[in-house]
This record gives sequence, C-alpha cells and structure tokens, in this order.
Amino acid sequence: MNKPAPENALSPHIPGHLNSYPRFIWRMMVMATEGNWLFYAWMIGLSAIALVGLNAWATQVTMGMGVTNMTDHVSWGLYIANFTFMVGLAAGGVMMVIPAYLYHDHDMHDVVIIGELLAIAAIVMCISFVVVDLGRPDRFWHMLPGIGKFHFPVSMLTWDVIVLNGYLLLNLHICGYLLYKRYRGERPNPKFYIPVVFLSIGWAISIHTVTAFLYQGLGGRPFWNTALLAPRFLTSAFVSGPAFIILALEAIRYLSDYKVGDGAIRILVNIMRVTILINLLMLASEVFTEFYTGGSHTAAAHYLYFGLHGHNALVPWIWSSIALTILAAILLMRPNVTQHPVMLILACGLAFAGIWIEKGMGLIIPGFIPSTLHEIVEYTPNGIEWRVTAGIWAAGLMIYTIAIRVAMPIFSGEVSLEKDAEKHA
Amino acid sequence: MTEENKSSGISRRTVVKGIGATLGAAAFAKAIAPLASWAADQSIDEFLQKHYTELKPEQMQKVIKRLEEDAKKDYGADVQITDTKAQLGVKFGYALNLSICVGCRKCAQACHYENNHDRASGNSYIRVLEMKKGSLDIEHGKVDYKGPVPKSDSFYMPVQCQQCDNPPCVDVCPVEATWKEKDGIVAVDYNWCIGCRYCEAACPYHARRFNWTKPEIPKEEINPVQGYLSNRIRPQGVMEKCTFCMHKTREGKLPACLEACPTGSRVFGNLLDPESEIRWVLENKRVFVLKEELGTKPSFYYFFDE
Repeated sequence: MNKPAPENALSPHIPGHLNSYPRFIWRMMVMATEGNWLFYAWMIGLSAIALVGLNAWATQVTMGMGVTNMTDHVSWGLYIANFTFMVGLAAGGVMMVIPAYLYHDHDMHDVVIIGELLAIAAIVMCISFVVVDLGRPDRFWHMLPGIGKFHFPVSMLTWDVIVLNGYLLLNLHICGYLLYKRYRGERPNPKFYIPVVFLSIGWAISIHTVTAFLYQGLGGRPFWNTALLAPRFLTSAFVSGPAFIILALEAIRYLSDYKVGDGAIRILVNIMRVTILINLLMLASEVFTEFYTGGSHTAAAHYLYFGLHGHNALVPWIWSSIALTILAAILLMRPNVTQHPVMLILACGLAFAGIWIEKGMGLIIPGFIPSTLHEIVEYTPNGIEWRVTAGIWAAGLMIYTIAIRVAMPIFSGEVSLEKDAEKHA
Repeated sequence: MTEENKSSGISRRTVVKGIGATLGAAAFAKAIAPLASWAADQSIDEFLQKHYTELKPEQMQKVIKRLEEDAKKDYGADVQITDTKAQLGVKFGYALNLSICVGCRKCAQACHYENNHDRASGNSYIRVLEMKKGSLDIEHGKVDYKGPVPKSDSFYMPVQCQQCDNPPCVDVCPVEATWKEKDGIVAVDYNWCIGCRYCEAACPYHARRFNWTKPEIPKEEINPVQGYLSNRIRPQGVMEKCTFCMHKTREGKLPACLEACPTGSRVFGNLLDPESEIRWVLENKRVFVLKEELGTKPSFYYFFDE
C-alpha cells in the first residue's frame, strides 16, 4: 500500500524499505501493547466487553436471529440503527480534512490524522454492524464481485459495499503512508497522498449519501421516502463527527503530554455551531411537512413523536434526542464555550447522544412502524442485541485507541527509525 | 522497554504480555464456542453451492438429493423435491373478489400447511385485513380481528405477494438471490440468500418473511411434495415468500389458498391465455391493484361484483 517515494534512493544512510517497513510494523505492534496502567485497564475492559459481544453474536448465529427482538414487522433494529449512525461518524471526520487540506489551516493539519483514524475505526464498526445483521454471515462471499453475484448498479446495498470499503482503503493508505514517512524521518511526497486526500473528501460525502439512499429509495416506506433524508444525514454527521473528535482531542490533552491545539477545537466548534442549527431546521421542516399535510403517510411520524393507537415505545427516545440536541446547540452557541472544557465536553456529549438516537432508534425503527399493511408491532432491543452492539463499540474504541496510541508518538517525532536504530546500535 | 531485566533476556513486561495474550486467546475461544455446534451442521457442498441460475442439471440433481437427505436426517421425513421450470406462454395472475370473501382465513391456514411453515410461529404468506366499509385505505384495516365473520359493516381483503412486474424486492437484493421468473413469479434461492432483509424493508405489501429460526414441523405434518424454489423446508436465516404455489401451479394445478377458499373468491390463471377465467375477470369487472401509485405493477388484482 505504501509505495516508496523516489527520493529515498538518494539517501544512502537511510535503510531500504525492505528493512524499514517490517521494522515500522513491528514498532507499531509493540507500541500498541504498551502504555500506563490506565491504558491497560481501558484495553482490558474493552476486550472483555468485545468478547461478551462476540459470544452473543456466536449464540445468535447458532440459534438464529429469533434470539433478537426483531420481527417480520420490524426487520431491522439496533444493528442497522448503529450502522447508520457509524457511517455518519466515519464521514464526520472529513470536517477536519477539509480545513486542513482545502484551507491549509496549520492547527488542523497537525491533528487531522485523528479524524482520519476515526474514519478507519468507524468503518470497521459499520461493516461489523452489517455482518452481525446478516442471517447467513457464512455466505458473505456471495457479495464478492467476480466470485459471487454482485447486483451492481441496481442494488443500493452494492453501492454501499463499494463506498464503505473504498473509504476504508483510502484512509488506510493516507494514514499508513504519512505515518511511515514520518517514521523514516522523510517528507511525505504530495504526489502519493494529496490526490488521495482530495478523493477521500468527496468519498466521505458519498458514504453517507449512499447510505441514506438505501432507505430513501424505498417507495413503500413513506417515512424514509423523502429527498431531505440524504442532506439531513450529512448535516447530522457533521455534528456527531466533530463532537466525537473534540471529545477525543480533549481526552488526548488530559491523558497524555501531547499538545493538541486550541485552534483545531475552535474550528470544529464553529462547524458544529452551523451544522447543529441546520439539523434542527431540517427537523422542523420535516415535522411541518408531516403534520401540516396529514394523511396516512404521516402515521410513522405520528407514532414516533406522539404514539399511535396507544403504542408509544419510541416517544421517549425521540424527545430525548430533540432535547439533547437543543441543549447542545444552546451550549455551543455560548461565545466562551471553547474556554470551558467541561461545558464543551458536555455539549459534545449531548450532541453525540442526540444524533445517535436520531439516526438510529429515531430513524430506522419508525420506518417499520406501522408496517406496510399498517399493523403496529413495536420493537425494543433485547439483551443479545445490546451485548452485540456494545461488543462492536468496544472493538471500535479499541481500534481507535490503538491507532491514536501508535500515531501520536510517530507524528510528534518521539518514535522514529533513527531513534530505533540508535537504540539497537 | 524496561532496561532492568535486559540481562536475563526476557523482561517482566514481556512475560506479563505473554500471559495476557494467552488468557485473551482462551477467552476468545470460549466466546466463539457456540459456533462449534452450528459449524457441525454446515456442509462444504452447501457452502460452495452456486447460484440457482448457474447450476447445471446434473449439479441440481445432486443438490436436490442432498436436500432430501437433509430432510430425512433433520425431520425424519421422506420428501420429493422437484425443480419444474416455467412454461413458455404462461404468465400467472391472481384475482380476488372482495364482494364474496368472508374473512375466514382458510387461505392463510392452507398456505401454512402447504408451504411447510414453522408451526410455532403460525406463519403464512397471506394476511387477511378486515376493512370497514366505506374505505379502501388499508390504514383502516385490521389483521387481528376476532369473532364470527363476516361482520355486516366490514369487508375482507387477503394480501399476499403481488408478484409485481416491477418488484422493489428484486431491485434491492445485493446478491441477486431473488428474481422474476419467466412466468411472472418472484422466486428466492434459499441457498444463495445472505439474510440481509433489505427486500423485506423494500416490499410495500409485507409479502416477505424471514426464517428467524430453523423451522420446526412434526414429521407427519410435513408436506412431502416440494419445489426447490417454493415450499421445501427453508434453512435458518434466509428470506422466503409466496410463490403462487409454484410446485403445484407449474404442474397445472391450482394454488393451495384457492383450493381452500370456501366462497370461490379467488381466481387464478394464465394472463396470456385469452380464454382464461382471469382474463374474463380483468376484461369484465372493475379491477384495481394495491398501492398502484408506487409503480410496482402487481399481477394480483382485486375486484367487486356489484
């Protein structure tokens, strides 16, 4: 994946790639398993949760998906809800890439890799959430182009397979290339990554657009069948993505000695100030259209916001989501929010939780209630589903933790090929 | 790396890491242990089986033999599976007379037994809606109606797969596990479906069902006359749907739901045959289709007598 830059051949004192690349990989593996007691506690805790999730999934594969609370009426549940949200988180990282590369913001440039690494972890989680939702994961090879039958371009799901895996590869290349060059103490060759960075910006938009099209294109589900769905997906992604990155930056600040700039956080807050308001505006527009027009197409919205015929399982979810988002918006609007870490962390946490509900339980589930024959069958995730979901979140956080743990020392120059060579000499 | 223990060759940290990795591997093995019993039930032949449209006749014979053996092994039943192909010049259509349907649900029950549905779930490809007179909006329909039928203020509308000419379920399938046969029936390859349930989300008629568990049917209740693309016992984790009883109708018989109907509400036949009863209904009755505005072009029609 990481092609050698031509100038390397001119510097004889630096070992060749055959020597330095394995050393780079080995060094990362060593770093990934080293840290202070907090790091070990965190990783052991996450491993335990991930294993509990794995066990729940193994049970589900063996016994059948009947062990979940999904039914023929609500045939997608917590897994696809989380999948949808995670695509947004993966796309949201691009809100660091755009300032860093399009506007050449130096503060952002120093930490942009934190957003790119988030994309990697989030996409791995997305793919996991799809895999655990499959009734026959053993037949995944039926999806492989060439070997199986890939229903491209008609099925939007095949588009999603392409854009998600493509986005994963693009970000793996960018992060891997930049880290390796830093490790070797060389300047990255713009030819090998700048075009990929620009491609990844467009690609980030595409992953969430295509994912919205999965739902938006279904004429039989009026709740999803709205042109506003994809734009709203993107807007909410540009709330949840920056929110999570700010939380990650604050965590790095408090738990390590690395200086992550206030500048980057300020830009992200400014982005969120705009996107969170647009998201609320779109919510208002949707609610207006549904309730002012009326008719049978609004049954799902009625169910979601107010309950229908005495069924109201989603009502607390959606109002919590709206309350969390509005509260976050108010906090973010305060001019001095960036000077108050506690307030900022609270605002980001609220926004993140609000969007998680909105894109998950508030979007996927009401698409199925009432059903296409207007039956009302409610859905609440059960223990198996929560365990599998927690397991994937834990695995994703492990990947992200390791990625940052490895990337930060290399980026700061603390770990490099030269220093490693000296130590061994 | 800690320097203190370098002289001994192995640092304390390395030992701790090694213990950690061993414990982790053991916990991992324990976590995936349930998969062992599942894996024991899977065969390599099944795993490698090709898509329905790519199976050569002799390969299909082998597959059918394997499935018949599985039915014997898993359910103790002797079944005969056939794979009758669509006939040229045939396109199946179905019409239902709403004036005389009484809502007895005999059709749904017949479907349940004919198509080897899981007994505990009471599954059927047909749902009967009780509709208040004065509205054709299925929002006002009720599936869980009780008491003697027909009620004087209601009419009854059974809904099953509409075998659309423009089927959304076929479009969305990522692996072409569902497609439209030449005689108009939307079929599913139960051995190719990956169980993503996108088709179930896409269908506007609630016509598709998922096998949430392995179907349980007592040996003596299993319908042994089975079609590869229709009523053979489905595997766990795949989609299924109404096939207009393909295993019967392609042999010139009528669907089980029609045979069970005590009122004669149901009319089934070849839309391409100008002499057929269904053509007579389409030409002489005021006919409508469900959710016409979605552009799905159903092959299932509803009509009234008066």
